[in-house]
Amino acid sequence: MLIMRHELLLIAITVILLIVEIFLPNTQKHKIILPAILLMAAVTVIGFFPGTPGVLFGGMFQSTQLTMMFKNILNIGVLIVFIQSVDWLKQDQNKEKISEFFLLMLATLIGMNYMISSGDFLMFYIGLELATIPVAALAAFERLKEKSAEAGVKLIFSSALSSGILLYGLSMIYGTTGTMYFADVAPLITGVPLQVLAFIFFFAGMAFKISLVPFHLWTADVYEGAPVNVTSYLSVISKGAAVFIFTIILYTVFSKIAVMWSDLIYVVTILTITVGNLFALRQQNLKRFLAFSSIAQAGFILLGVIGQSQLGMTTVIYFVLVYIFSNLGAFGVVGIISNRTGKENINDYDGLYRTNPNLSLVMMLALFSLAGIPPLAGFFGKFFLFTAAAKQGYYILVLIALINTIISLYYYLLVIKAMLLNNSDHPIAKIRSDNYTRLGLLICVAGMVIIGFTSSIYEMVFNLSFGLY
Amino acid sequence: MSILTLFIIIPVLTIIGILFSKSHMQVKWVSVVGMSLQLLAAIALILLYLAERRAGNMAEVLFVQDNVWYETLNIHFYLGVDGVSVAMIGLTALVVFAGIFASWDIVDLPREFFTSLILLASGVFGFFISLDLFTMFLFYELAVIPMYLLIGIWGSGPRHYSAMKLTLMLMGGSAFILLGMLGLYFNSAPDGGPLTFDLIKISKQHIPINVQLFLFPFLFVGFGVLGALFPFHTWSPDGHASAPTAVSMLHAGVLMKLGGYGCYRVAVFLLPEASHQLGWIFLILATIGVIYGALGAIWQKDLKYINAYSSVSHCALVLFAILMFNQTSMNGAIMQMISHGIMTALFFALIGMIYGRTHTRFINEMGGLMKVMPFLAVAYVIAGLASLGLPGFSGFVAEMTIFVGAFQNVDTFHRVATIIAASSIVVTAVYVLRVVGTLLLGKIKNEQFETITDAKWFDKMSVVALIFGITLIGMAPLWLSDMINGGLGPIMQKLLAAAPGLN
Repeated sequence: MLIMRHELLLIAITVILLIVEIFLPNTQKHKIILPAILLMAAVTVIGFFPGTPGVLFGGMFQSTQLTMMFKNILNIGVLIVFIQSVDWLKQDQNKEKISEFFLLMLATLIGMNYMISSGDFLMFYIGLELATIPVAALAAFERLKEKSAEAGVKLIFSSALSSGILLYGLSMIYGTTGTMYFADVAPLITGVPLQVLAFIFFFAGMAFKISLVPFHLWTADVYEGAPVNVTSYLSVISKGAAVFIFTIILYTVFSKIAVMWSDLIYVVTILTITVGNLFALRQQNLKRFLAFSSIAQAGFILLGVIGQSQLGMTTVIYFVLVYIFSNLGAFGVVGIISNRTGKENINDYDGLYRTNPNLSLVMMLALFSLAGIPPLAGFFGKFFLFTAAAKQGYYILVLIALINTIISLYYYLLVIKAMLLNNSDHPIAKIRSDNYTRLGLLICVAGMVIIGFTSSIYEMVFNLSFGLY
Repeated sequence: MSILTLFIIIPVLTIIGILFSKSHMQVKWVSVVGMSLQLLAAIALILLYLAERRAGNMAEVLFVQDNVWYETLNIHFYLGVDGVSVAMIGLTALVVFAGIFASWDIVDLPREFFTSLILLASGVFGFFISLDLFTMFLFYELAVIPMYLLIGIWGSGPRHYSAMKLTLMLMGGSAFILLGMLGLYFNSAPDGGPLTFDLIKISKQHIPINVQLFLFPFLFVGFGVLGALFPFHTWSPDGHASAPTAVSMLHAGVLMKLGGYGCYRVAVFLLPEASHQLGWIFLILATIGVIYGALGAIWQKDLKYINAYSSVSHCALVLFAILMFNQTSMNGAIMQMISHGIMTALFFALIGMIYGRTHTRFINEMGGLMKVMPFLAVAYVIAGLASLGLPGFSGFVAEMTIFVGAFQNVDTFHRVATIIAASSIVVTAVYVLRVVGTLLLGKIKNEQFETITDAKWFDKMSVVALIFGITLIGMAPLWLSDMINGGLGPIMQKLLAAAPGLN
């Protein structure tokens, strides 16, 4: 039982919330907010108690110190998303759907937890689907808005397509090895053509989920259409979990054909970072802007993946952690401003600092962290990713990535320029944010400042990643 | 805890003080107190350093503080100084102190201005005292980023353009540095053992020559961008011209020195063989920079642009001297960094003060300022004379040392480069004297200037502190050059081992 602690706890609070939901009349739904956040916080805290690693269902479900830690990271991220969503959920159009939001979020989180802990491809696939389908419902949450509905449909179609491709790859793996268990598949991967094809299908399927170029086309539309809080969830939590299990599978199952996939990732990394950056340059809508920036960030994560070592695994997890705080900080600010004023364009932010200095500061710190400016956590995250890639001798790749960080700095500075440098005749009026929003942003800022300075977090991740590769 | 930690703690405390201060005045006074303490700490450091050396402590670096930061990557928070870094810290403290007074009349968002300014300063201090490449790089970027806000918010002219150009070019340089640094890290233990970012430990290793040849251009160009290496200097005139007074001072006075110091401390010190083999390419670029900057200054009409181009020329001279690879010229390079740092800070401070009174920076719109603001005018003449290398001021000492050192290289190539570079002194004299003539002497061209007042007390604080620095070095250069010489030992040993033929 303790082995599946994280999942069971989440299922438990989902059920509790479901029961509470039944007894709440439609006008009183907002009363579920506080219990939901408190329960999530409790689960997050309990998650940090030392757990017992082990396997269940004959190896389909495996729990290690590493997966437990990553589940904790996801819990923190979801908790922040919950806190940041309150302001938006209290709006009139969402008042009756508040509990659905929490339930759907928790359902996807449970799916991700199973995906992360999977010990065979079947469990992996079930977890992946459970993590994807509720998100489509969330993307269409503001269903009366055309763009939100469009986002939901686009997400469900593209994820159905990618799941199909993924499944096809998995079936070929089963065909060539006769088993679905990671541990049994790994020694049977010999690099015969069918397996290579299977790997490419698997890779393409995952690339859809992580939105790597050239499988990124759904991202911008979905991110723009979906409500900001769902977008932030998609860009951080979903992506983080997918990257994590993707790296694990590459390192454990496909380690024998590492030569092959490292070439593939080399090319995809360059494409992803460059295309993501070049498109981000041209965006006016902040949600689209952050969508493309998150595509580029996914490319940076691949630098750690290509590191193929304990260091590589560590840097991937560490960067995801840093990225959660940075990106949620940025989305938090975009979210509150979008909710209160409906403004989402970079031009609308002109002169924001004069009216809303605190929000602008949080946004500035978040963007600097995403750009990798010291002493914020993003600097450490990116630096370690570069280190992991350089360790394998990929200096050219590192150089291309470094040049791209300059491009990314340019567009992040454009937003900072709008907020701090530009003056506007009609700046966004002073926003009085509620305590939930403040708390959410405060956690993000604390994370961005503290994670880099305290090396112990990095060391902990490093020690847990031992023996994986 | 060593005294060096103070150089990080004082700025941090000052920033916290600024954030908690209630009024405009309080912000300024907190900054003044903080940076005065920093200046005192720097003077104390110089005295302590000299005392240690006199007491016979011949360790390569002094006041060492070594804390493990990221254990598995062997990243340390490693502080320590030698003669060269002590001199640079003294320079920084002086310029920052003067810069606070020069920005006394900032009205718009003073809290944010002084926070960014001190953040920049702490980055510079951190850079000079770190001996671990990782922390060095961290402080380097920390020093560059506040420039964007400082120029963009409080600047003048095409400030958005200049700020963006400057930031992107400097961060581009830092991308090169990062790559070179990672290369050094993964080659820091060729005989096995833990990899390290420790500058001193890497300097004891023999890095394979092909690796050196690969890394040297990245590191030298990376730092060279900040040191205004031709043709990567283009951010500098625009940036200086658009920046507010104190920022121009800090930027030309201190921040550009990070580039020269980095070239010296990282690129040349750690990669001596590659320096010898590839140095000539950069020597040509530096020589072009020296003469190009000086000629550029002649054609400019805007005071800030004149001084910005003259900075390009003087900073290129630093790189020129470093690439001459002998003890005298290296010493001259460091002297030049300090001399130019103080002198150019004085120039920019004066230009800011003149502009604040006349509201123009074009020299042909001004004239006869000597009559209405004698204090500032005299100070300007002093700065000008120091700039063209009049004996008795710091400029002479530095340039003399550089050219004496450079002339010790007997081959034709180095001789020709030296002669070309030395001819820039004449060009410098032309533009300095021309500016002094049109700006200060002659008739007052605009009758509105009749009512101009002379320097206020805070202007005088700033100017006097800097003139004191210039004359101190000019009159008594030996203690400084001895201190610097003490720090040059290790790098000269490495260079001699790399190419025994050179002196």
